[in-house]
Amino acid sequence: MKLTMKVNGREVTGEVEGRTLLVDFLRSDLRLTGTHVGCDTSQCGACTVHVNGELVKSCTMFAAEADGAEIATIEGAAAEDGTLSAIQQAFQDHHGLQCGYCTPGMVMTAASLLKENPKPTEHEVRQYLEGNICRCTGYHNIVKAIMAASGQEMPAMAAE
Amino acid sequence: MYAFDIARPTTLDEAKAAIAAGGQALSGGQTLIPTLKARLAMPETLVSLHGIADLKGVSTDSAGRICVKGATVHRAVAEAVADSFPALSYLASRIGDPAVRNRGTIGGSVANNDPSACYPAAVLACDATVCTDRREIAADDYFQGMFTTALEEDEIVTEVKFPVPQAAAYEKFIQPASRFPLVAVFVARFADGVRVAITGASESGVFRWSAAEEALSANFTPDALDGLSVDADGMIGDLHGSKDYRAHLCGVMAKRAVARAV
Amino acid sequence: MPKDSGIGASSKRREDIRFLTGTGKYTDDINIHGQLYVHFLRADVAHAKLNGVDTAEAAAMPGVVRIFTGADFEAVGSIPCGWQITDRHGQPMQEPRHPVLAHGKIRHVGEPVAAVVAETRAQARDAAEAIVLDYDELPAVVDMKAAVAEGATKVHDELTSNLCYDWGFVEENKAATDAAFEAAAHVTTLELVNNRLVANPMEPRVAVGEYDRADDMHTLHTTSQNPHVIRLLMGAFVLGIPEHKLRVVAPDVGGGFGTKIFHYQEEAFCTFAAKALNRPVKWTSTRSEAFMSDAHGRDHVSKIQLALDADNNFTAIRTETYANMGAYLSTFAPSVPTWLHGTLMAGNYKTPLVYVNVKAVFTNTVPVDAYRGAGRPEATYQLERVIDMAARELGVDPVALRRQNYITQFPYATPVAVEYDTGDYNATMDKLTEIADFAGFDARRKESEARGKLRGLGVNSYIEACGIAPSNLVGQLGARAGLYDAATVRVNATGSISVMVGAHSHGQGHETSFPQVISEMIGIPEDQIDIVHGDTSKIPFGMGTYGSRSLAVCGSAMVRAAEKVINKAKKIAAHLLEASEGDIELKDGTFSVAGTDKSVAWGDVTLAAYVPHNYPLTDIEPGLEETAFYDPANFTYPAGAYACEVELDPETGHVKIERFSAADDFGNVINPMIVSGQVHGGIAQGIGQALLENCAYDADGQLISASYMDYAMPRADDLPFYSVDHSCQTPCTHNPLGVKGCGEAGAIGSPPSVVNAVIDAIQSGGMNVAHIDMPLTPSRVWAAMHAARTDAA
Repeated sequence: MKLTMKVNGREVTGEVEGRTLLVDFLRSDLRLTGTHVGCDTSQCGACTVHVNGELVKSCTMFAAEADGAEIATIEGAAAEDGTLSAIQQAFQDHHGLQCGYCTPGMVMTAASLLKENPKPTEHEVRQYLEGNICRCTGYHNIVKAIMAASGQEMPAMAAE
Repeated sequence: MYAFDIARPTTLDEAKAAIAAGGQALSGGQTLIPTLKARLAMPETLVSLHGIADLKGVSTDSAGRICVKGATVHRAVAEAVADSFPALSYLASRIGDPAVRNRGTIGGSVANNDPSACYPAAVLACDATVCTDRREIAADDYFQGMFTTALEEDEIVTEVKFPVPQAAAYEKFIQPASRFPLVAVFVARFADGVRVAITGASESGVFRWSAAEEALSANFTPDALDGLSVDADGMIGDLHGSKDYRAHLCGVMAKRAVARAV
Repeated sequence: MPKDSGIGASSKRREDIRFLTGTGKYTDDINIHGQLYVHFLRADVAHAKLNGVDTAEAAAMPGVVRIFTGADFEAVGSIPCGWQITDRHGQPMQEPRHPVLAHGKIRHVGEPVAAVVAETRAQARDAAEAIVLDYDELPAVVDMKAAVAEGATKVHDELTSNLCYDWGFVEENKAATDAAFEAAAHVTTLELVNNRLVANPMEPRVAVGEYDRADDMHTLHTTSQNPHVIRLLMGAFVLGIPEHKLRVVAPDVGGGFGTKIFHYQEEAFCTFAAKALNRPVKWTSTRSEAFMSDAHGRDHVSKIQLALDADNNFTAIRTETYANMGAYLSTFAPSVPTWLHGTLMAGNYKTPLVYVNVKAVFTNTVPVDAYRGAGRPEATYQLERVIDMAARELGVDPVALRRQNYITQFPYATPVAVEYDTGDYNATMDKLTEIADFAGFDARRKESEARGKLRGLGVNSYIEACGIAPSNLVGQLGARAGLYDAATVRVNATGSISVMVGAHSHGQGHETSFPQVISEMIGIPEDQIDIVHGDTSKIPFGMGTYGSRSLAVCGSAMVRAAEKVINKAKKIAAHLLEASEGDIELKDGTFSVAGTDKSVAWGDVTLAAYVPHNYPLTDIEPGLEETAFYDPANFTYPAGAYACEVELDPETGHVKIERFSAADDFGNVINPMIVSGQVHGGIAQGIGQALLENCAYDADGQLISASYMDYAMPRADDLPFYSVDHSCQTPCTHNPLGVKGCGEAGAIGSPPSVVNAVIDAIQSGGMNVAHIDMPLTPSRVWAAMHAARTDAA
C-alpha cells in the first residue's frame, strides 16, 4: 500500500507491505539508518522514535499505521547546521555512550522525558529508561547526561 | 512475519465488517506484533483499531463508573484517572515502558488476557464490566484462564467500565526480564465488601483470592491477612520463581496493597 | 589541574558525533546493489541424527535463488579453534569438526541446518519454513557431570567421549597441594556455579559477503572485534582464500564483549555464497537468533577449597571445575577455563601452593567462549567467595584476612606460572575503604533495619592478566597464533597524521584516546591525528580488541611506530637546522637545537619529507611513515578492590544495589573519562551476572531464556550510580605507556562483592545461609532464607 508521512519535517511517500514495520520503512526505504533494531520483543528501545510527538518503538508499529503521521528520528535531532541539541551535547560531555548502538533510542527517549518532566529526579530518569537497554555504559553516564541536560545539579555520587 | 494486509477503519462498523470478513483486530500491537514476528500467528488481514475515534477516551457514566474505551492507550488512562481512580492510574502508568504505554491499549490487554498482564487484575478486582461490540460481560464471567476469555473469535472489546472503589491499590512485583508482573495484586474495597485479584501467579491466569476477600471484608488491614496463604498448587513455576515463591508473594503483595490502600 | 589534552586528559570522544546524530555506519547499514538475503533454518532440537534435508518445495518458492545444505560444505574446512590444550596426561584435547551447516547430525538448538538465499529477507524466511528436515531425535546431553559419566550419549560420535580435556595445573604441584590440605589448621570448601551468560551486545551480528569476479576478490563486512583474525581463520582454514584476495571490514560495531571475537559460520557462509551466486549476500541476526547462535559465556561448575594455617595464612588452594564447551569448540573456547582461569587462581595472595583441575565438556548447547573477563571472572569469583566464607567460618574480618595474605613484594612469581610485575593491593583497599565509606556502614544498616530491611556489605579484591599476550608464552601454552599487534603512523605532508591500528574500537573510544598519546609524544593538537581501524585493506595487521589489550599491546605498537617517525623527523630537522641529530629536541610540535634558539616547526619538517627539495636524500628516504609490531614481554596485571552494599527485602528476597565502589589500579591512564566509563559498564555486567542474568537450558536442551522476555538484562533502574577511582597507579613495568588495561576489570571484580554483600545481609538477619548460586534472583534468595528459617524453627 501507498503511504505518506512527514519525517523530520520532510514529506515522504512510500510503498509498503502490510507487514512492513515502521523501523524497516525508515531504515530500508528512507535510508535513515540511525534508528536501530536490537531485539524482536519490544524490549531494547534502540528503535525508539517520536510519532506525532510521542515516544514509540518503531519496531512495534506498522509503517501503514504511521500513514499521515509526523515522525521524528535521531537524524532530525541536531540543528540544520549540525549543532547538537542540548541532550546530544550532554551525552557527549558526560560520556553517555560507548558503542553508540542504543544511543539514538536513548536520545529520543530522553527528549520525551524532558518534555514531560523538565526536572526529573534520578529515580524518575532511571524509571523512564525502563524500555531502553544499554549494554556498555552501566547507565551511570546516561543518567548523568540526562540530568545535566535538564540543567540540574549532579548528585554527589554522579560527580565521579 | 507472514504476509498480511492492514485495514485502517475509522468507524466501529467498518472494523466489525472487516473482522467479520476474517480480519484480526490489531489494537496497540505491543503484544501482537512480537507474536507476529515470531510467526506464532498467521492473519490474512489485521484490522487496526487505532484510527477509530469512538474507541478512544475515558469518561464517567451516570452510575459513577469510570468508562475506558477499548483503544485508549495506557498513558491516556494514567493521565485521565489520576485524581478519580489513583490505583488504576498507577497501574496504567507502570505497564511496560513509556513507549509501550503510548501504544498499548486496555482493549488489547483485556482481550489477550496474558496471565501476567496488569489490567486483568484491576478489571477483576473492581468487578468491572467488559463491553464489546455486541454485549456486556461481567469480569467474573469474562476471564476464563490463561489467554482465554469469554470473547467470540470476532468480538471487539469496545469499553471497560470500572466501578470506583472506596479504597484500592495495586502492588506489582516484577519479573526482572520482561518486566511483567511476577505476582501483582489489586485490592479494591467497596461498600459491600473487598475484592482481591492476583495476576502473574497462576497457571489459570488472573484469579480472585477469596479467603483474603473474606478476611479483608471483615477487617481491611494488612494484619487481617496473617495466617492466610495461597495454595502453591496451580501457581506458575518457572525460571523466575518457583510455585512456592509465587504463592508466598501473593500474600506479601496483597498485604502491601492493603497497607497502601488504607 | 586536569590536563585538557594529551595523556591524562578527559578528551571528549570525537566518535560520539556520528553516533549521536544517527550517522554511524554499522554493518546492517551497508546495502550493496543487487544483494541477496540469507535466512538460516536453525535446528529446533538439541540432538538428532540428520537423515536428510528436503528443499524441493522451498526452492520453488517466490524469490528463492538457492538453498544450501551441509552437503554443499563437505569440501569446505571446519570452523577452526584457535587453541590446542594439552591434558594432564600429555594428550591433545579432543577437537571435533565444526561444519558451516549441520551435516549428518544436529548438535544444538540454533545450529544452522540449511540456508535459503532469496531476493528479500521475507522471501528467504518464508521459504525456510517449507524445508522438511528428516531426523531422528537423540537424547540431549545437557548436564556436564552426566555428560562425562560412563555410557553417556556422545555429542560427537567420532570422539571417545564428551570430555574435551582433563587439565591439571600445575600438575607437578598436585601432591604438595594435597599434602598442604592434610596439614591445614582450617579448610573451607565451597561448591558453586558460575552461571552461563549471553554477551548481548546491543547490535546483533551481521555479515555481508561480496565477490568481484573480475579480480577474484572477496570482501566480508562483518560485526567483528578483530577483522584480521577473521581473515586469517576463514581464509586459511575454512574457505581457502589467500589473504590478498580476501578483505574483511568491520565498520562501526555496536559492542562486542568477547562474543564478536570469534569466527562464525554465518561469516563463512556469506563469503562462500557471494562467490557461488556472484551476488552480494547479507545476513542480519535477529535477537532471537543471537541467543542461540552467539557464543555464550562462563558456565563453570566448581569446587574450591582454601587451606589456612593456625595464623590464618593461606597455605594452599585446590579447585576442580567442569567447564562447558557447548557442542563445538569456538575460537578461544579451550583457553578460557585453562590459561585465562588457572593462571589467575593465586589472585592477589601469596598462597604458596595452588592446583587447578579443569574438565572441559561437550554438551548439546550453543558453544561457550570468552565473554568480558573470560576465565578471570570465574577464577576471581571462586577465590573471593571462598575467602569470604573462610572469614565467616573463622570469625575474622574479611578485609583483614585479605590484607594479611596480600602479595606485597614485586615482581612476584605465582605458583600458577605467571609473574606479576607490579601492584599495590593495600593501596586500592585503602582507597576503597574511603570511597565506599565503610565507616558509615553501621549507621546505614541501622537505618535499613528500622525500615524492616536487611543491609549487607561485601568486599573483594581481584587481579586479572590483560594485555593479551606474549606470543612465545602463549605459543607454549597452545595458542595457534601470535598475540602481538601492529600500527602504522602515516604523517601527511602538512603534518597531520593517520594512524592505522590493528585494534578495533567498538565502544572503547580508541579514535579519541589513541590520538591523545600521539599528541603527547609530538606536541601537536589531537585533532591533527586520526585513527583508522577495522579494515584489513587499510591497516597493516592486527589481532584485534579483547582481553583489555588494545592500548597495552596495540597502543604500544603505535608508540613504537611514532618513535620511529620522530627519530626520522629529527634527522630531517637536524639537516634543516644544520645541527647534529643528537642535539635535536622535540617539544610542543617544534624541533629545536639544544642550547640555541634555532628551531623548526613539525609541519615544516613533515613538508620537507614529502617535498624533499632541501633534504638529506643520500642518507634517508623521503616520506614519513613507519610501522611497528609490538609483542608484549608479559601480561599486564590490573588489580583492585571492590565493594557492594545491598539492601535486601526479607519478605520478597529482592536485592537492591545501594552503593557500588571500585578502586582500580590500571597503571597509567590515558583518558580518565573513558576509563571510568569502561569500569561502569563492566560493573553493570557483573551485577547483571550476580543478580539477573541466567542463560538456562531445560533437560531436553531447549534454551528457555531465549529472549529479553526471559533473559534479564540490567536496566537503568536496577543499578545505582557507581563510585569509581583509578588514582592508585603502579605503572606496568614492561610496556612503553605503563598501562595495564581497563576493559574487563568491572566485570571481573564485581560479582563476588555482590554475592558477599547479600550473604552478609542475610546473616545479619540471623539466618544461616552460607552460599547462594548466581544469579541471586528474589526467588532463590527467598528460598535460601526460607530454608534457613525453617531449619532454625
